[in-house]
Amino acid sequence: MPPAFACRQLSKRYGGTQALAGVDLSVEPGELVGLLGPNGAGKSTLTKIACGLVRQSGGEAEVAGARAGSAPARAEVGYLAELFRFPDWLNADELIELHQALAGSAGGAAERAELLELVGLADARGVKVAAMSKGMQQRLGIAQALVGAPRLLLLDEPTSALDPVGRRIVRDLLSELRGRGVAVLLNSHLLSEVELVCDRVAILLAGRIVAGGTPAELARPRGVEIQTGRGVRAFPEAGREEVPRIVAELVEAGEDVYEVRLLTSTLEEAYLEAVGAA
Amino acid sequence: MSGALVIARYALREAVRRRVLVVVVVLTLAFLALYALGTNAAFDQVEGYADPAQQLDERVLTGSTLLGLSMFTTLFLGAVLASFLTLGAVRGDAERGLLQPLVVRPVGRTSLLLGRFCGAAAVCSSYVAAVYLAALLITGAAGDWWPDRIVAPGLGLVVGVLVIAALSLLGSVFLSATANGIAIFMLFGAGLAAGLLGQIGDALSVDTLETVASVCSWLLPFEALYQAGLDALTEDVGGVTGVIVQLGPFGGAQEGGPLLWLWAITYLGLVGLAARAGFARRDL
Repeated sequence: MPPAFACRQLSKRYGGTQALAGVDLSVEPGELVGLLGPNGAGKSTLTKIACGLVRQSGGEAEVAGARAGSAPARAEVGYLAELFRFPDWLNADELIELHQALAGSAGGAAERAELLELVGLADARGVKVAAMSKGMQQRLGIAQALVGAPRLLLLDEPTSALDPVGRRIVRDLLSELRGRGVAVLLNSHLLSEVELVCDRVAILLAGRIVAGGTPAELARPRGVEIQTGRGVRAFPEAGREEVPRIVAELVEAGEDVYEVRLLTSTLEEAYLEAVGAA
Repeated sequence: MSGALVIARYALREAVRRRVLVVVVVLTLAFLALYALGTNAAFDQVEGYADPAQQLDERVLTGSTLLGLSMFTTLFLGAVLASFLTLGAVRGDAERGLLQPLVVRPVGRTSLLLGRFCGAAAVCSSYVAAVYLAALLITGAAGDWWPDRIVAPGLGLVVGVLVIAALSLLGSVFLSATANGIAIFMLFGAGLAAGLLGQIGDALSVDTLETVASVCSWLLPFEALYQAGLDALTEDVGGVTGVIVQLGPFGGAQEGGPLLWLWAITYLGLVGLAARAGFARRDL
């Protein structure tokens, strides 16, 4: 099975601005990849090329084996833009119905009900977009992106307007989608969200991927903290292998040991280091 | 094609839901009521006049002038409707974030443009045909006068408004909604000015003015279609009456002929191709 999304040496130039400068990335079916980077790093451009809104200047991009932007590729994509708006005269059910017609989905009322249920809008199916909060519209946006059971979901800042409950709903939804084999490319500035849900992270800077891997791979050891009867003792240079020796020495020295913590850097620290802002 | 139909239905629903049609119908009824009042008064007024030489047919002159004026108004209202339904269809909607969720669907950009045009065309052509027919019936009922050709002037208005809708859609690919609206109304004004120049050129026998007017009316075929419609109203009228009505209101009547219809259809196709090419290249 081809990757849900793959790009090789992908580049994009807007006039004199190089938005992407040779990006290689692949997202496998069922994989959840987080795209991180400062504003202007090229994250939105990358997702827009993937869904055919923007044409690349160079390189290749494919969705499920089809050229990105082609009709077969667009049929496999669900997309929620960072700055989106839906016609305010439509209600939630009508909006999903419109996208079903455009996507050629035969899911009918059952699919509409399921999608609205998935994003926690089951009771709002008759509510017009104009009467919805930004958070509700964002969840509705995720529901419309899922119309037609896409193999690749492109989400650009999908939780920026959501409250903690809404974010939890989206996190659970993404986990469920992963279980169904849907690949997700998630753009977000919310590093904690990305760390919680993503299998892999790619950090973009000035149109290039400057760091990538699983959140665990990106995190670095920062030593060991041991809570003793006399307080917390820090061993910044120590690693996991040295813990038994350190604990034995402390006990031998007459200290009571209550807790040992292996310290690692957070994704935020890894991100700041990668983009040179630490 | 089915994608274009979905978009056309969407555009029609938008026009209905946004109460565009209600506003248009109410205001048009007001216009037609005023037109009926004015037409009755005008025919009553001219009934008493008698041309001793019997060279001037006052009923033909009154009827064709009033119906010509109503045709100008119908074209103007149709142009307003066409441009407002399409002026933000691409760049305007993209700037507001409305377009992107539609474009990423497999329906395709060409179908999207075609659908938007068909939706606007359905609303505008129905509107223009209905208003023209209403004005025709009001004029006929008030003065017992009927134009020499009934279908051709109405069809000319319909195709003229379709040309304006297509130009507005083309403009929406490149211009923001405000800039596009201004551009379309300036083009409309240019067409009107060209018609008036032609009228003056014809009256004063100034070839340059007539040539400028003729070129402009072909570059902007909605104007040529309108002029041909005016001409068709009194196609069989001769004598002094014929000369006077040829001057027409808001642009002189000019014979169109089959070439004009062919050009108008070709023009629509060319504008559509240009819009398609521009939209295909546009990053959203």
